[in-house]
Amino acid sequence: FYLTPPQVNSILKANEYSFKVPEFDGKNVSSVLGFDSNQLPANAPIEDRRSAATCLQTRGMLLGVFDGHAGCACAQAVSERLFYYIAVSLLPHETLLEIENAVESGRALLPILQWHKHPNDYFSKEASKLYFNSLRTYWQELIDLNTGETTDVKEALVNAFKRLDNDISLEAQVGDPNSFLNYLVLRVAFSGATACVAHVDGVDLHVANTGDSRAVLGVQEEDGSWSAVNLSYDHNAQNEHEVKRVRMEHPKSEEKNVVKQDRLLGLLMPFRAFGDVKFKWSIDLQKRVIESGPDQLNDNEYTKFIPPNYHTPPYLTAEPEVIHHKLRPQDKFLILATDGLWETMHRQDVARIVGEYLTGVHHQQPIAVGGYKVTLGQMHGLLAERRARISSVFEDQNAATHLIRHAVGNNEFGTVDHDRLSKMLSLPEELARMYRDDITIIVVQFNSHVIGACQNGE
Amino acid sequence: AARMFLRLLSDVRWRAAQPKWRGMTSSRRSTSSTAEPASVPLPAEAQVVICGGGIMGTSVAYHLSKMGWKDVVLLEQGRLAAGTTRFSAGIVSTARQLSVELKMADYSNKLYQQLEQETGVSTGYVKAGSISLAQTQDRLISLKRIASSLNVMGIPCEIITPKQVAQLHPLINIHDLVGAMYVPEDALVSSANVSLALATAASRNGVQIHERTSVSHVSIQKGHVTGVETDRGQIKCQYFVNCAGQWAYELGHSGKEPVHIPLHACEHFYLLTHPLKEPLASDLPTIVDPDGRIYIRNWQGGILSGGFEKNPKPLFTEGRNQLEIHNLQEDWDHFEPLLSALLRRMPDLEALQIMQLVNCPESFTPDMRCIMGESPTVRGYFVLAGMNSAGISYGGGAGKYLAEWMVNGYPSENVWPLDLKRFGTLQSSRTFLRHRVMEVMPLMCDLKVPRWDFQTGRQLRTSPLYDRLDAQGARWMEKHGFERVKYFVPPGTDLLDLEQSKTFYKPDWFDIVGSEVKCCKEAVCVIDMSSFTKFEISSTGDEALENLQYFFSNDLDVPVGHVVHTGMLNEKGGYENDCSIARLSKRSFFMISPTDQQVHCWAWLKNRLPDDSNLTLEDVTWKYTALNLIGPRAVDVLSELSYAPMTPEHFPSLFCKEMSVGYANGIRVMSITHTGEPGFVLYIPIEYALHVYNEVMNMGQKYGIRNAGYYALRSLRIEKFFAFWGQDLDAFTTPMECGREFQVKLEKGMEFIGQEALLEQKQNGVYKRFTMFILEDHDTDTDLWPWWGEPIFRNGRYVGKTTSSAYSYTLERHVCLGFVHHFDEKTGEELVVTADFINNGDYVIDIAGQRFQAKAKLYPFSSLFTQRRRKDEEELSGYQRE
Repeated sequence: FYLTPPQVNSILKANEYSFKVPEFDGKNVSSVLGFDSNQLPANAPIEDRRSAATCLQTRGMLLGVFDGHAGCACAQAVSERLFYYIAVSLLPHETLLEIENAVESGRALLPILQWHKHPNDYFSKEASKLYFNSLRTYWQELIDLNTGETTDVKEALVNAFKRLDNDISLEAQVGDPNSFLNYLVLRVAFSGATACVAHVDGVDLHVANTGDSRAVLGVQEEDGSWSAVNLSYDHNAQNEHEVKRVRMEHPKSEEKNVVKQDRLLGLLMPFRAFGDVKFKWSIDLQKRVIESGPDQLNDNEYTKFIPPNYHTPPYLTAEPEVIHHKLRPQDKFLILATDGLWETMHRQDVARIVGEYLTGVHHQQPIAVGGYKVTLGQMHGLLAERRARISSVFEDQNAATHLIRHAVGNNEFGTVDHDRLSKMLSLPEELARMYRDDITIIVVQFNSHVIGACQNGE
Repeated sequence: AARMFLRLLSDVRWRAAQPKWRGMTSSRRSTSSTAEPASVPLPAEAQVVICGGGIMGTSVAYHLSKMGWKDVVLLEQGRLAAGTTRFSAGIVSTARQLSVELKMADYSNKLYQQLEQETGVSTGYVKAGSISLAQTQDRLISLKRIASSLNVMGIPCEIITPKQVAQLHPLINIHDLVGAMYVPEDALVSSANVSLALATAASRNGVQIHERTSVSHVSIQKGHVTGVETDRGQIKCQYFVNCAGQWAYELGHSGKEPVHIPLHACEHFYLLTHPLKEPLASDLPTIVDPDGRIYIRNWQGGILSGGFEKNPKPLFTEGRNQLEIHNLQEDWDHFEPLLSALLRRMPDLEALQIMQLVNCPESFTPDMRCIMGESPTVRGYFVLAGMNSAGISYGGGAGKYLAEWMVNGYPSENVWPLDLKRFGTLQSSRTFLRHRVMEVMPLMCDLKVPRWDFQTGRQLRTSPLYDRLDAQGARWMEKHGFERVKYFVPPGTDLLDLEQSKTFYKPDWFDIVGSEVKCCKEAVCVIDMSSFTKFEISSTGDEALENLQYFFSNDLDVPVGHVVHTGMLNEKGGYENDCSIARLSKRSFFMISPTDQQVHCWAWLKNRLPDDSNLTLEDVTWKYTALNLIGPRAVDVLSELSYAPMTPEHFPSLFCKEMSVGYANGIRVMSITHTGEPGFVLYIPIEYALHVYNEVMNMGQKYGIRNAGYYALRSLRIEKFFAFWGQDLDAFTTPMECGREFQVKLEKGMEFIGQEALLEQKQNGVYKRFTMFILEDHDTDTDLWPWWGEPIFRNGRYVGKTTSSAYSYTLERHVCLGFVHHFDEKTGEELVVTADFINNGDYVIDIAGQRFQAKAKLYPFSSLFTQRRRKDEEELSGYQRE
């Protein structure tokens, strides 16, 4: 089974989406030029989600990738709801009042977010009312809490993450008279999702991360080369601080079992996540909810299964770590991607590939033989790869697509190999997950001119 | 694992390792004992100063000193043989397209062979031979054509099968080959050492060589070289020779009076490897694989392989310092296609270890031919440069011809194809050169087919009718920058695209040109001939006539209104130019010459005309559009347009008159056609061109007028046995040798240039004779077409080459024109060629190794062409140029 290059392209491009920040008066005053995003499923259906939106009542743009596990329900819910929670957290008191009054008196709501969605990115209609009510409760509480202080972005992000996860948990506990919705909220709560969200406002870039998706900043050095700067920490067993944190939160007796085989309780890869109430609720609560829940839930072995050594819940949190970065003119782009990308490619390679793609200059380092022993055959092979690398660039109009092409098709030389690409993309559904993970990528391109001007103005 | 290592190299280590220039082999770079240390002061005066110590400069110095000119100074800005020469691949190849190039290469080969013995300097000369491979049948045809030329020159050469190739070279993959050409006597040299050997010999003969001396500019007074300014002082001299290679252009422009030397450098890459496990023999033949765009020679047990890529990298467009040449970097990505071709040709080389990729810029010229000769504007300023990467092959011969040119006033061969004067200022735009060399360099390997036109640097000079003609389907070719129509594609006709129309066989325009020819013969055609060079010479007194009588062999003292066809001859009676001159008034003349004579003819006249303010010479080429009305109905069209009788009684042949055509007045109408058909040429002031053209076309409709192009003209002139200057005629051909005695008036009562030589020829007879050949057993549809340069055999013995050919739609046969010599069967000495000798022979013409019977004729087939005019008149109008 062999895919032709056009077939490969149509698979790769099926989910690609690009957004350019509109210019006013021939000028783009935003620090963001636009973004490219794409995702390639390995699971059927895909468990990754992505979101992008412009905040309308405050300044700034939100972008996020969400990697679901144990189903896609939680990732789907987070992708729909999180940005509203963040936007609301950022809103000044007056605006919140205005919105509440509008809802109260049945007037049209001020739009909070402008979404930038691919046609395949859907929102569930059935749950919108439920979700809205939860959100409204949140802002009502914010109004009541009015501290009078200006909103700190970092705090807003943390609050929004925690609040949404809390609402997911509550909704599942309360249930819904509508059986469909009842099942939905339970599926959301029992599945999980990581989230990596960026908020860009002028030169202020905040990245809030929960789980093992990752944000990487692409920086162009003075010599034109590209380097990658991490703007998030992975919440998994490879992160010593995380391991330490998790262990600290539980009694010494549990030390061995809390992190086992590089997994939380020997089960879960990410150490922070939305949903996953199996790692958050007490055993009693889990049992009660499942018993009273619909039959489908009861039939599911996974949900019924209580993690071993489950003594002092919660073991899992959705609280993000937030990193603030002041953008500089050399910061050219930000890549948000799920672990599907990062487990196949090193961030340095990612930064270089995207950097070369975006600048259109494919700075391949010139080759010099120098004193090395190189045969004609070796050189020939190397040159062919380099040529292929350049030619693959021209097939893509989307940086994220280009990156996926490399992630899936790269051979040991770091260049796209069509045969490999064809093989990887033609794997049958049931096998695909064994060779690769869902990949979701957002590449945000920054406007160096605006950033430079902002810097100078300060 | 090795591949992974390479990846590491490319991504990590090589990033840091910026290539520094490393010499090819440092041991070979010896300080020349011939060069004097820089501290030796420059002489104040010398007869000749040569700038450039590469193969060209040293070869010129060598030959000048051999010919007895010893007061010669050679200046080199760096070290001897340190520029392009040093990095040359050192391949001496005689497989050349032009016969003059072939002779230069053959001479170089023979010179280099004995140079070591003569000078004691080791030149690394090895007679390794060369094999040119053909991957296609068309390529094999072009090799066979070259092989035919080489064989008649006495250079051993054979067409061999792929199997024979494999026997001659152990590494070659022959699976994709259809054949090859083997030249066993081609050689390999160390080019730097050849240059040093030449310098050594020159130095022994008295030539002074100064390294590290750069020429800033050449001093010129009254159009003559007077001296050279260098960074180490001034040298007065009479002659300056610009052998500055890729810096020749800039050097030419450095003075107050620029000398335009149109050449441009391109990067050129070749690869050096370490020796093979079993080192290659030093006499292993050099492989040229033009279809793969590469050459491969043995080099110190390994190989040296380079090529001419499709996407060359021109450089030094803005002009640079020579030091830059040493900082040029290897570009492996650029070399990739050539490396692929190399490994395809020799797959076993995969495991061979790379030593270096050498980046060695070469200079290229607008027409792929080198540049030699004297500046048309500055006397004593000679040039030898622009070798198109064949510097080593040409070095010896080119140096010899230039030295002869300087010492004797002319070289011993016809070098017009290489003459600097074939170019004018119009080819010296940097943009033009940059674009053109990007086309020229790939052409080095492309198939050379008949009627090739350059695609870049076009639409520079155009007739005012260009757009009109283009809209009517004109297909264009270019001559001296001027766009000329080849033929008109009728609406709705589909011709092959450019790439496919490259053929050695019957071309796709065959029927189109046939119908244009038919129209010329039966009705009337109009051809735009504006490109021709047009001069006006006038004086207040009789100076114009007196001077022209001296320059031209025919008698120009004719009644006003008469047109004279005449040669402009050199001292040996050879044609420097062939033109038509109309006497406009008692004291003014209008002279029409071939397009590419614009620079040469101007320089020839300018250099010889006395400095007389009463005498003016003006180039009026740009002032007139020329329309040629050819055909029996031309007379009707013109008389209707002018309300004047145009019949031969009122307007005899070879007549010129200013008249009105349509509304336009002052049109010079001449009853000449350049084809021998009845008709006229109208010289129209350019602002009237469109009007007159429209009038002619409107009026001509009822007479069946149509546009025609040069291909039709060419067919017409060749079937009429008309010689064309630049193709059939050259500086080594006299009127006596091409049956034009009637254009020479030995008794005109005035001395003229070449008179003595012609008198001698008249007494002693000629040693070659222009002859027309009709191919007899040639099938136009299926056989290879003749082009030019095909060997002619008489009774099985080689007697000469063709100079032009065309299909005659009237005879329905191919006609070749060419010269027949008479070589003594034993000594090879040239004997007088008599009419009997021509007539009593059986002829065959060799087209790419295939021989066709031909019938030789010394006079055209007058009976075939219905002519109204009397025979003598016909003959008069007959011998005209194209």
